[in-house]
Amino acid sequence: MEIFGIPLQAFMSQLMLGLVNGCFYAVLSLGLAVIFGMLNIINFAHGAMYMAGAFFAWMGLTYWGIGYWWSLLLVPLAVGLVGVIIERTMLQWLYQLDHLYGLLLTFGLALMIEGAFRYFYGASGLPYSIPEELGGAINLGFMFLPKYRAWVVAVSLVVCLATWFVIEKTRLGAYLRAATENPRLTQAFGINVPLMVMLTYGFGVALAGLAGVLAAPAYAVSPLMGSNLIIVVFAVVVIGGMGSIMGSIITGLSLGVIEGLTKVFYAEASSTVVFVIMVIVLMIRPAGLFGKEK
Amino acid sequence: MTRKFHLGYLLLLAALLAAPLFVYPVLVMKVMCFALYACAFNLLLGYTGLLSFGHAAFLATGAYVTGHALKEWGMPTELGLLTGTLAAATLGWLIGSLAIRRQGIYFAMVTLALAQMVYFIFVQSSFTGGEDGLQGIPRGYLLGVIDLSNDQSLYYLVLAICVSAFWLIYRAIHSPFGQILKAVRENEARVVSLGYDVAKYKLVAFVLSAALAGLAGATKVLVFKFATLTDAHWHASGEVVLMTLLGGMGTTFGPVVGATVIISLQSELADKVGSMVTVIMGGIFVICVLAFRRGIVGEATALYQRITGSKSST
Repeated sequence: MEIFGIPLQAFMSQLMLGLVNGCFYAVLSLGLAVIFGMLNIINFAHGAMYMAGAFFAWMGLTYWGIGYWWSLLLVPLAVGLVGVIIERTMLQWLYQLDHLYGLLLTFGLALMIEGAFRYFYGASGLPYSIPEELGGAINLGFMFLPKYRAWVVAVSLVVCLATWFVIEKTRLGAYLRAATENPRLTQAFGINVPLMVMLTYGFGVALAGLAGVLAAPAYAVSPLMGSNLIIVVFAVVVIGGMGSIMGSIITGLSLGVIEGLTKVFYAEASSTVVFVIMVIVLMIRPAGLFGKEK
Repeated sequence: MTRKFHLGYLLLLAALLAAPLFVYPVLVMKVMCFALYACAFNLLLGYTGLLSFGHAAFLATGAYVTGHALKEWGMPTELGLLTGTLAAATLGWLIGSLAIRRQGIYFAMVTLALAQMVYFIFVQSSFTGGEDGLQGIPRGYLLGVIDLSNDQSLYYLVLAICVSAFWLIYRAIHSPFGQILKAVRENEARVVSLGYDVAKYKLVAFVLSAALAGLAGATKVLVFKFATLTDAHWHASGEVVLMTLLGGMGTTFGPVVGATVIISLQSELADKVGSMVTVIMGGIFVICVLAFRRGIVGEATALYQRITGSKSST
């Protein structure tokens, strides 16, 4: 069977790869959006945190024998803790300044983290094998679906929807949105806003750490994996606009799929297609698909 | 005070004229190219308040186009430099007119993303030589007579280019046009309400900055005789931000100081600590943002003013 002259098997497998990429875009841009909403900072270190997540998983396995499943729980906590420390020691001094300083500081942090990992582990990738339970593929009749890819998609979707639910539908989320809207007034109502800011940053980077663990078996663990990804995620964020949580999830997923399809039909453009879409969106709807012009 | 500054510039110029007698000219030329790159960038960040995270695209375009023009088309050196600069200006116009549709933090992300797109295009196109880059680019003859393969003669050409570009930036900043740019930086809404077409001013500043960054890249090609993807990589975009921040953004001379410090540090450390250089650069970034936001020149000026009790004129 063929679709537009492409064998169905190849088509579906590229589509699936695109969806997996899209999941990483979605989880990372979700974290960026949550952090931006609360701290007004674009976290350039997000890619570095994602890379650190993958490395922590690899280090856990190699040095201490901590398996994939425990990593899935422990690594986000560790990355989140790093985030909390960064927020307390550095970021909190910048809230009164121009937003650009937050970007510059996190850029410096990203350079430091990336440089340090490259110094100790080299620039080539380290292998991290897929856990036994998720090895192999399921035969769906029309295609072989590798179990691990299905798992990444499932976990990412659950995490994204849970985040959306907590922020939009719960009391905690209501505090969070209130603090985003008007921090002083929220604080006057007796809510500890600085604590929420700290935890928000920790949560945002923990999401990046989780994405890193998910990515470790799918791609090679390499110090450069974060910075290559984060620039695409920035484009995703510009396309979607950071105004809406659901918006960043949908934009991330669909851009991953579009990128996957581009690989099938015109492989040369697959590295630039997201940027081309960004250009088109900027021309037609400068505020982004889900954004509001401020 | 201005007279003192002018005296300082004259002394510096005299030192630069004499420099090849004492130090290795290629290193000084490298510093001058990056100083020009940082000054061009500062025109945007320091004087217009626009943080471009994609200036590597212009540096690399200037380098590649000039390199290609000299090597493959056999253009005379002057024309090659001009072609590279114009190509960077054109790219600046394209990227600028898209990026100024968004403000603040989004502007930074858009320029970064577009520069990354340019990077991927350079990786794939044949005229850049892909991963290998362009090698063995001839320096040619200035005005058809002066042989530039001699480092000494090239040095004075590079010095002349950088000094005139610096003078151009200085004039632009101190012109009515520069005053409006500064007003945009301070309070964009008010400038709009005064009836100025802010988008047009931003775009002109962006194109000028891109063109000069391209000129820096083009000059760099003459010095090193090669052009590679390193120039187009986002690290090169970040580096220029660091130079400007460290030297003092919004000061005329800060980027020159910043570029000098960073390039000397890099050439000093590169052999000793390998990729730890990136960690050190990142660390300088963090320290500058947290504790040292006025940069070297900014702090020095503030100190000078505290001692003499005078008010700033910049």
